[in-house]
Amino acid sequence: MKDITTVRLTVNGEAVERAVESRVSLADFLRDDLRLTGTHLGCEHGVCGACTVLVDGKSARACLMLAVQADGAAVRTVEGLGTPENLNPLQRAMMEHHGLQCGFCTPGMLMTLTEFIEQRRDSPPPSEAEIREVLSGNICRCTGYQTIVDAVMAVLNPPDGAA
Amino acid sequence: MKPAPFKYHAPRTTGDALRLLADNGDACVLAGGQSLMPMLNFRLLAPAHVIDLNRVPALAGIRVEQNVLHVGAMTRQGDLETSSVVRDAAPLLQAAVRQVGHRQTRNRGTLGGSLCHLDPAAELVTAAMAMDATLIAESAGGGTRRIPIAAWSAGYLTNALRPGEMLTAIEFPLWRGAQGHGFVEFARRKGDFAIIGVATLLAFDAAGTIARAAVAIGGCGPLPQRPAAVEQALIGQRPSAPLFKEAARLAATIEAHSDAHVRADYRRHLARVLTERALAEAANRVHDAGHGASQ
Ligand code: FES
Ligand code: FES
Repeated sequence: MKDITTVRLTVNGEAVERAVESRVSLADFLRDDLRLTGTHLGCEHGVCGACTVLVDGKSARACLMLAVQADGAAVRTVEGLGTPENLNPLQRAMMEHHGLQCGFCTPGMLMTLTEFIEQRRDSPPPSEAEIREVLSGNICRCTGYQTIVDAVMAVLNPPDGAA
Repeated sequence: MKPAPFKYHAPRTTGDALRLLADNGDACVLAGGQSLMPMLNFRLLAPAHVIDLNRVPALAGIRVEQNVLHVGAMTRQGDLETSSVVRDAAPLLQAAVRQVGHRQTRNRGTLGGSLCHLDPAAELVTAAMAMDATLIAESAGGGTRRIPIAAWSAGYLTNALRPGEMLTAIEFPLWRGAQGHGFVEFARRKGDFAIIGVATLLAFDAAGTIARAAVAIGGCGPLPQRPAAVEQALIGQRPSAPLFKEAARLAATIEAHSDAHVRADYRRHLARVLTERALAEAANRVHDAGHGASQ
């Protein structure tokens, strides 16, 4: 027998109400029920970080959360950042610094970094080591990470002091 | 979706959670989900019921009272990491939690979840062992059991909870006076469980002599070990590099197992090297702690 619950949450600011089976992960809910396929699934057991989304402002692995657990939460995914025509500053920096190649890890990287950037408002610019520490939970098979670190450094340490 | 079907419960109070646990034999308690969800996804576990504690606010919290740090079982690892109470009262716990997983997993992962999952090399278990933590288990009907960490393991990846019992809080008795802590581990990749992790606490008397020592070595068995010979060798001595080298040599005599990845002799080698480093770390950052009540 299916165990079904109705969940109400916001996803990228929009109210969503859906009946969902309890065993469905938040990642599958976003991808299959809401057709928001920007959240990627790599390992589905918490190792790769490709599925990272923000739940009430905090990064979480969407493969390790049930959709029912997001009832009442504000969820943000990569679709809630910029648009292809109008990338946000982090996305633009990722593009300019070649912070992605195949792009599979990129949505997770962007969401992890979005939390980091939002949390450190007004703090002094981070060191490379800090950025690498933040990125430790996101695996990239293509870039070798340096270009991603460069992109974050560019966003948080703008050369002309403008942010 | 990957897990087998289950009935989901989201109690709001500890009492409701305990009753659900008492009423449903085939149930798993879901804390932060950073270990349980992978096991459900792999169908290593297929419980009939999942009891989610994430909506029980009473199970989370951090406070110091009468020289004891009390932490609710559902306290997030990320909250331990940033808590000024933990920083001041139990910096060893904070040093350990920094090595647990990644930012995303610490945002959800909990202290109680890590202790219950009981991975042999889990950083928080090793720190709890060095600190002589007491685990509070409750069951429906008001039963409470206080379990010392030394009695917490019932075998590999198996805690000492009985059917119907749930870990609700953890107590860490605090040391007074001049003291230092060390936490050093070796893992293949950042954020992995350690192969070996070592937690140390040293307390000093007015003359700078080691008055009390705790050395916990995780990763060599179902539960971290507290080699008595190592601690005895330290007590009554003044901290020095040769003393730590000698104590570390004794650490290399602990029992260790071989598995597909790591041989026992390599584990013992790591236990020696990391013990020496963790002792030096503890001696290098001595601070004075007088723990009054705090929030
Ligand atoms: S898919 Fe969630 S961490 Fe890999
Ligand atoms: S760009 Fe291909 S995995 Fe990161």
